[in-house]
Amino acid sequence: MEGGAILAELQARFGAAVVETHGHRGDHTAVVTREALIEVLGHCRDDARLAFDVLMDLTAVDVSRLPGREDGPRFEVVYHLASLRHNHRLRLKVRVSEDHPVVPTAVPLWPIADWLEREVWDMFGVRFEGHPDLRRLLLYEEFVGHPLRKDYPVNRRQPLIGPRI
Amino acid sequence: MARATTTREFMLGEGAGTGAGSQNIHVGVGPAHPAMHGIIRIQAELDGEVIVKADVEIGYLHRAFEKDCEVGGWNNAIPYTDRLNYVSPLINNFGYASAVEKLLGIDITERCKYIRVITSEISRICDHLTCIGASAMELGAFTVFLYMIKAREFLWELVEDVTGARLTISYGRVGGVKADLPPDFGDKMRAAFKQVREVLDEVHRLLTGNRIFMDRMVGVGVLSREETIAYAITGPLLRAVGVPYDVRRAQPYYVYDRLDWEVPTQTAGDNFARYLVRMAEMEQSMRIAEQALDQIPGGPINVDHQGCPIDPATYVDQGKQGKTEGLLLVPITLSPNLQGSERHAHQRVNAADKRVVLPPKETTYGSIEGLMNHFMLIMEGYGIRPPAGEAYFAVEGANGELGFYVVSDGTDRPYRVRCRPPCLPPMAALHRMIEGEMVADLVPTFGSVNMIGGELDR
Amino acid sequence: MGVGSFFTSKLDEAIGWARKYSIFQYPFVTACCGMEYMATACSHYDIDRFGAGLPRFSPRQADVLFVVGTISHKMAPVLKRVYDQMTEPKWVVAFGVCTCTGGFYDNYATVQGIDTIIPVDVYIPGCPPRPESVIDGLMKLQEKIAAGAQRF
Repeated sequence: MEGGAILAELQARFGAAVVETHGHRGDHTAVVTREALIEVLGHCRDDARLAFDVLMDLTAVDVSRLPGREDGPRFEVVYHLASLRHNHRLRLKVRVSEDHPVVPTAVPLWPIADWLEREVWDMFGVRFEGHPDLRRLLLYEEFVGHPLRKDYPVNRRQPLIGPRI
Repeated sequence: MARATTTREFMLGEGAGTGAGSQNIHVGVGPAHPAMHGIIRIQAELDGEVIVKADVEIGYLHRAFEKDCEVGGWNNAIPYTDRLNYVSPLINNFGYASAVEKLLGIDITERCKYIRVITSEISRICDHLTCIGASAMELGAFTVFLYMIKAREFLWELVEDVTGARLTISYGRVGGVKADLPPDFGDKMRAAFKQVREVLDEVHRLLTGNRIFMDRMVGVGVLSREETIAYAITGPLLRAVGVPYDVRRAQPYYVYDRLDWEVPTQTAGDNFARYLVRMAEMEQSMRIAEQALDQIPGGPINVDHQGCPIDPATYVDQGKQGKTEGLLLVPITLSPNLQGSERHAHQRVNAADKRVVLPPKETTYGSIEGLMNHFMLIMEGYGIRPPAGEAYFAVEGANGELGFYVVSDGTDRPYRVRCRPPCLPPMAALHRMIEGEMVADLVPTFGSVNMIGGELDR
Repeated sequence: MGVGSFFTSKLDEAIGWARKYSIFQYPFVTACCGMEYMATACSHYDIDRFGAGLPRFSPRQADVLFVVGTISHKMAPVLKRVYDQMTEPKWVVAFGVCTCTGGFYDNYATVQGIDTIIPVDVYIPGCPPRPESVIDGLMKLQEKIAAGAQRF
């Protein structure tokens, strides 16, 4: 399906749950509410015309220093979906606030979400509700803070052994 | 699963491994382990020789790629991308550069597209050579490793000719590449490919059909088609289960749609199928590079000087004295380090967009406009400033879909750079491949997923 | 100089000479530099010419620790453990700029030079160093080994 048609289909089906859409540079994007996220992801995977069978990527962006977005919800969790069958793509986003950074997990839909969600927790401190084993993926458990947040200084080191330089 | 049960029962008698597991032992493999060409830790629970459960831990090479990219300008991230998949750095360079170009909405020149295709394919061959060589070495076939590294050395010499470095090349630029191909590149490439083909032929005779190799590879490390897709695995591992998905074919970028090549597939989904796919892909890569070289526009670089070349110091002196008439047209001799970046070559391989691409050195040194243009791109707070927005661009890396998701806030620094690492999904699925297998099968399976630490942990 | 010290110094020389041509290295390979390490160890550059052709993958059997590639803070305790497990006499080579100083990874994840954790004998800078500079570093190490044979 053509990207615009996918967005139209999602809007028709989920109505107000699709907050915003755009097709900037040909990457068709829909921002959905947290409540509807799993339903939208499930529909995208299971609907025969959409058939997004691959969760290509799952990441997050700390938008707290993006001009015009400073006061809104702090994090955007970004899902890149791809369909091997129809060879089309879609980007879904969900916004969560700093006070309650929780997103429902996508592990039951795609097992790869397990590690990708662990990485987002590690780097941004966004939690995934229902995740079977939400540990840090890349850093060590003794690490304090979440380094890809904009307020984490790039060279604040937390060595396990050796001097603090 | 039927085969796994057979193995277990063969080793431990009928019904083994079905008990409460009180006899199971725990073995930690890695992060520094001789048979693992990468640093990960596998906590395996064993029932005799059979792995019942495995927990894979990664992150030992996490070096903050995504955070480091946010520190410098858009082009400053290029050296960091080299070190993602350090066996095929050129593909990483171009993937990142193309993502930024998509965000900027600029198009690169035809010749540059061909150069990117040719050098990407050379990089891909290097990656597959290293992968097969290293995993064969771990199975005891040290000769294969020596042969493969020998072949890789020929290609690296080629890469060094083009980029100036063997491994971490930093050759891509937003809007183009660093320099044009050297004059005799075509002949050198054909000569190197001839050597590589000889090595591949030898390796085929050594490995394909070799009893020991087959016993370790066939039927080992199997992952079903459904699970491969559910784990978002792309690249050779996906093609080894019979899905002909290749980003170069599915969403053609650069000039891949103009070239005649095939997507090799296998159906078994085991280590041997992955080996066969990689071997076939190297041949296809050479086909692609050869065709691209035949079609590349602009031809070989003709040094067609009007008037005598002068050295840069004289050039600047004349400019200072106001003798500027026709100065811009006079070619100057550049330092050999800048070979391939002369004005005529520069225009061929870089987009004609002054907001993005540094001017050629003759222009920088020879005219005030060029100097200002250069400064505007280098100074902090100026530089390349893509409009606010986001873009995702995927290229086919050696291990699968290599995607870059870039977010711009309209300034000269990336707001967020995300790399979709092609070897993370296979590592997430590694426990599915090794559970039910013997400990010794861990080694060829880990070899066949070709884990590259820099890319996995970033 | 007495006769005794004459013989010990000759014995030192002999041991130093023998040791410098029988380097059993432990390649602690983590990152990109490993690719150049492979290239150096293989046919084209062939470090077997320097008596260093046989890597030992057990720290107990090795006498030179090649730290090849970036060491992250997560990996640092592992490196220290491997170093401690090696028996005397032992030497350490910092291969590549990340192990020398941290290189351009001045960030939260990377150790700023392995000499903050373990002592280093030879530094080979480069990102990654070319095989020629690796061989140069290896020869410097040989000189050091030959000169310091008292340790046994």
